[in-house]
Amino acid sequence: MHPAYSVIVFTCASGAGYGLLAWLSIAGILSGGSAQPFAFGLAAFGLSFVLITVGLVSSTAHLGRPERAWRAFSQWRTSWLSREGVMAIVAYAVGGAYALLWMFGGAGGSTLFRAFGLLTFTSVIVTLWCTGMIYASLPTIRAWNHWLVAPLYVGLGLMTGRVVLNSALGFGYGAVSTNAVWLTLALILGAWIAKTVYWSQIDDAARVWTIEAATGLGSFGKVRSLDPPHTQPNFIMLEMGYDVARKHAERLRAAAVITLFLVPAVCTMLLLNDGASLTVLLTLAAVVSGGIGIGIERWLFFAEAEHVAMVYYGRDAA
Amino acid sequence: MTTLPPPSAKKLGLVIDLDTCVGCQACATSCKEWNGLGAAPLSDYDVQGADPHGTWLNRVHSYEVGEGVEGRTVHFPRSCLHCETPACVTVCPTGASYKRAEDGIVLVNPDTCIGCKLCSWACPYGAREYDYAVGVMKKCTLCVDRIYNVTFEPEDQVPACVRACPTGARHFGDLGDETSAISKLVAARDGFDLLPEFGYKPVNKYLPPRPKHQTEMPVIQPSDAEAATAAAKFFAWADKMLSR
Repeated sequence: MHPAYSVIVFTCASGAGYGLLAWLSIAGILSGGSAQPFAFGLAAFGLSFVLITVGLVSSTAHLGRPERAWRAFSQWRTSWLSREGVMAIVAYAVGGAYALLWMFGGAGGSTLFRAFGLLTFTSVIVTLWCTGMIYASLPTIRAWNHWLVAPLYVGLGLMTGRVVLNSALGFGYGAVSTNAVWLTLALILGAWIAKTVYWSQIDDAARVWTIEAATGLGSFGKVRSLDPPHTQPNFIMLEMGYDVARKHAERLRAAAVITLFLVPAVCTMLLLNDGASLTVLLTLAAVVSGGIGIGIERWLFFAEAEHVAMVYYGRDAA
Repeated sequence: MTTLPPPSAKKLGLVIDLDTCVGCQACATSCKEWNGLGAAPLSDYDVQGADPHGTWLNRVHSYEVGEGVEGRTVHFPRSCLHCETPACVTVCPTGASYKRAEDGIVLVNPDTCIGCKLCSWACPYGAREYDYAVGVMKKCTLCVDRIYNVTFEPEDQVPACVRACPTGARHFGDLGDETSAISKLVAARDGFDLLPEFGYKPVNKYLPPRPKHQTEMPVIQPSDAEAATAAAKFFAWADKMLSR
């Protein structure tokens, strides 16, 4: 599948933004009765909403008619894309209310504050799940129609959001708590394992869609493409025919593992031994590396996915 | 609404005969002509340049099938199959993609499509093509603007591809009516669905190539071959003599 940069930026930026919002909601729910820190809230919620908004605006660049994007809220009964649009607005609304309560609500332990924290957390997780399901619900693309796709969208959103939150804590307080370090490491390890299992399973899965199956002519013998219908690539070939060389894919997977999982994990682990001196630098390094890594991971998610329609154009299988 | 309507009794569609199709592209070009010149044309790009391409609703592939004496060329027109439970409709976030309750035709409303391309990802048949110039998805309309046009002569009230086919390889009719000529044709010729595994229940059917006639190829006897050689030598000599 053609890796559209607008969609890569969308899923990476809004994923991290929703992840950050999720951790802020958990922080509020678990906090005691004292008022929440105003300046940190302003910065952290601000960052979260900037990431989400950049992502959502970027996603409209993928549309042929972005001025009609509002129509996408209507078909939530059947369409995961529509559900994601609706949930993005819900997350904005409840997350925005929660942010206002955080900054101006006085005592942090109020029932209303915690209720909005819970609503924010729930809507964020559901939004990320909907993003994953847009892809996971398509049986035409085997690499996407996989049980780990939606969990990985949620997991990587929570992981990258946590890495961003650590950096915000580093900037704001010069320290990240030991519990937060272990939580971050657990998130990175969990996502790493899930992604490794995902890659291994899509590599091993049988490519069952052949030209014989697609034309229904298998009973007459082997089918070979003789004359294509057109000389130049059409939309189908441009959109679904993207082909990344296996050699490049392997190197890019290694680069994704190093930048998305390994470097952030090492940076986070080093926080355990660190005095305040390097906290900002280490957490920022984790954000930069993780940002590059999630970009590579998302690019591969598209570039490596094969669409069944390409077998009509001579692709051996999908 | 992208929620599918209840199954319609009337299921308009095409039946394509892979035995008689000669791959002449008349269906594809007449489709492009009829659907490309109307109010919502099908865009072309770099028409006079090095990379000419465009939006078409019908594509004709040619495949080699089988080996040796069992080998054959099969021409394979590919367009929207107007599925009974099409995923391209249910994934649409705007309701622009819809299935008509009255006759089962799957259409895109070009005024509400946002061009997200998700429907094209959902279709296993590669039947939908994005129109880059206007930013919306295009697909076969089953020539809905011809088949109900009562000002046309009856023989013209069929899709443009069916009207254009010189070998009668394309048939149009109601596949929901078991007594229709097209349904009987499907039954008689063992018409089949493309990729039924996806469960989208295509309305359009394909008719398989008929079995090949297993007649013995005439074997040229050596004496005939020698005689032919002798005759050829004589005519070559005569030609040489007369050319002097």
